[in-house]
Amino acid sequence: MTSQPRSLFEKVWDAHVVATRPDGQALLAIDRHFLHEGSFHAFGMIDHAGRQVRRPELTFAVADHYVPSHSRSRPIADPEIANMVTMLEANAGRHGLRHFGLHDPAQGIVHVLAPEQGLTLPGLTIVCGDSHTSTHGAFGALAFGIGATEVSHVLATQTLWQRRPKTMRITVDGMLGPHVTAKDLILAVIAAIGADGAAGHVIEYAGSAIRALSMEGRLTVCNMSIEAGARAGMIAPDDTTFSWIEGRPFAPKGELFDRAVEHWRTLPSDAGASFDREVTLDAADIAPAVTWGTSPETAVPVTAAVPDPGAEADPVRAGQMRKMLDYMGLAPGMALEEVPIDRVFIGSCTNARLEDLRAAAEVLRGRRAVVPGLVVPGSVPVRRQAEAEGLDRVFIDAGLEWGEPGCSMCVGINGDLVPAGERCASTTNRNFPGRQGPNARTHLMSPAMAAAAAATGRLTDVRTLDVRKLGVS
Amino acid sequence: MEPFVTLTAPAVPLDIANIDTDQLLPARFLKKPRSAGYGNFLFHDERKPGFPLDDPAYAGARVLVADRNFGCGSSREGAVYALVDGGFRCVVAPSFGDIFAANAAKNGLLTVTLPEVVVAGLRRQLQEAPGAVVTVDLPAQTLTGPDGRALSFAIDPFKKECLVEGLDDVALTLRQQDAIDAFDRMDAERRPWVKPGRG
Repeated sequence: MTSQPRSLFEKVWDAHVVATRPDGQALLAIDRHFLHEGSFHAFGMIDHAGRQVRRPELTFAVADHYVPSHSRSRPIADPEIANMVTMLEANAGRHGLRHFGLHDPAQGIVHVLAPEQGLTLPGLTIVCGDSHTSTHGAFGALAFGIGATEVSHVLATQTLWQRRPKTMRITVDGMLGPHVTAKDLILAVIAAIGADGAAGHVIEYAGSAIRALSMEGRLTVCNMSIEAGARAGMIAPDDTTFSWIEGRPFAPKGELFDRAVEHWRTLPSDAGASFDREVTLDAADIAPAVTWGTSPETAVPVTAAVPDPGAEADPVRAGQMRKMLDYMGLAPGMALEEVPIDRVFIGSCTNARLEDLRAAAEVLRGRRAVVPGLVVPGSVPVRRQAEAEGLDRVFIDAGLEWGEPGCSMCVGINGDLVPAGERCASTTNRNFPGRQGPNARTHLMSPAMAAAAAATGRLTDVRTLDVRKLGVS
Repeated sequence: MEPFVTLTAPAVPLDIANIDTDQLLPARFLKKPRSAGYGNFLFHDERKPGFPLDDPAYAGARVLVADRNFGCGSSREGAVYALVDGGFRCVVAPSFGDIFAANAAKNGLLTVTLPEVVVAGLRRQLQEAPGAVVTVDLPAQTLTGPDGRALSFAIDPFKKECLVEGLDDVALTLRQQDAIDAFDRMDAERRPWVKPGRG
């Protein structure tokens, strides 16, 4: 133990440094490496160089990006998409990796599956060739996305060269209001600091509003750290974390679990730990949020109006706002609650966990959706549990489709696309131009808000609907 | 990897903030093998009339001068392949997505970070004199704009070394084999619970 107070991030970082260079680069040991269909470039690189996977027992392959949301009993129709799914299986098989394939009873989005299976643990370093790997920081792990060349490096060496990032603590104290969720909290954070506000930093989320979140809520918050530009997002592990992990398939058991918990209790930031930057938000100021533009930083309270580029002093910024409004088909000054939508999507690594589906179902129970929509649970276990609770019936009775687990319409590469020109109320993480399909218009929001939009056909403040369990968060 | 030392080439300005990797390379092209060449996919869905990359005045541009948060979003390395295969060797911006910048360095694409007002000035010069060249000198860490002013930029020394030498960092890491083996043995004792259970 050093006498200097250390942050959660510093403790995890320090415990993984294998070697350092005089220029400050550190070689970090990696505890978990997750792969999805997009990893074919990296397998090609190690195969080309004749290298093996160094630690197959720490490497897990998950089919999620290209898997169909419908009819898994039949082969995937598009040969290029089918090839992506079979290539992962072949690469995993050849290198002796545990593969969660299309028909695995644990299959799901990698960032839903790994926590659910007990693969994600406090204090670990976790990487994946996917930017939303930041999700796993909810357990007090240091988890971040990497590109294909770095994936090949981790496959071959189980390490990664990194420069120590800066640290930022975002403290959210107070109580979230009724129907204000983890999604609204993280959208408020991104709006406050900007889409590059945390570039080069690892965020630690702290404060009473963060502590009060369930694991699902914490996963949602850490998931979108990347949308603020952060290298990673972390939350100190506590009893909420430990009780989530206990008994999960790949988690330590018995005496080993007790020893792990004893260690995990030493991970939270020490009193007096310093951060390169501190940001504070009051939970009571956070409202149900929607985005109006093509960056998550354009999140505003749903009660707001579309902003006016004419009020922006910087002509370049004003031009960028006009471009976003043009893409989104919105006029300055229009009340967001008057914006009609064409469809809803409830799913993604941000919001496809049980708590998310329960919140959406609570709003839709006894209501009809007036627009089409798709609900895609994050994993097979989430889907099964939702069905056991009758949530699937709520969605189907409302007129929405109930899909099979995967990334689906968040990125659209399995064929689930928002048609050009259509406006989608979406529980996903990115409203970038073309993200959900060419010329698709995406408004980001929470599951409850997406459900409310489905019921009214426009962007809607869920608090104005008569929801039976008002106040349950 | 092709080493990057110096470059003198036309530069194209893009007055767009938050250019994400979905815009650089729409997701539907992610299935393509690298051997297909990613150049034709670069900004595929942004290629509308008036898009600067299609303006003949900027033909042959090898440097892109953009706005803040360039390359944010998805970790897809294909976004870098699209730029490299499209002829670019350098992107200048006030800030970059962290993962994009890491991916760029692994593929010989230099990312130069300069203050917002300086980058805005460069874009203005390039808009006023389309086709103007810039010179990048990586060993000296300078970028000389159309006005002849040499601007100094900072770069991580490791990244600079890898770019200038065209290094494969797996080879570099494998020199640390003994340290990695020793770490693994020590860590298995210290944190036995890290090894996944039987699932």
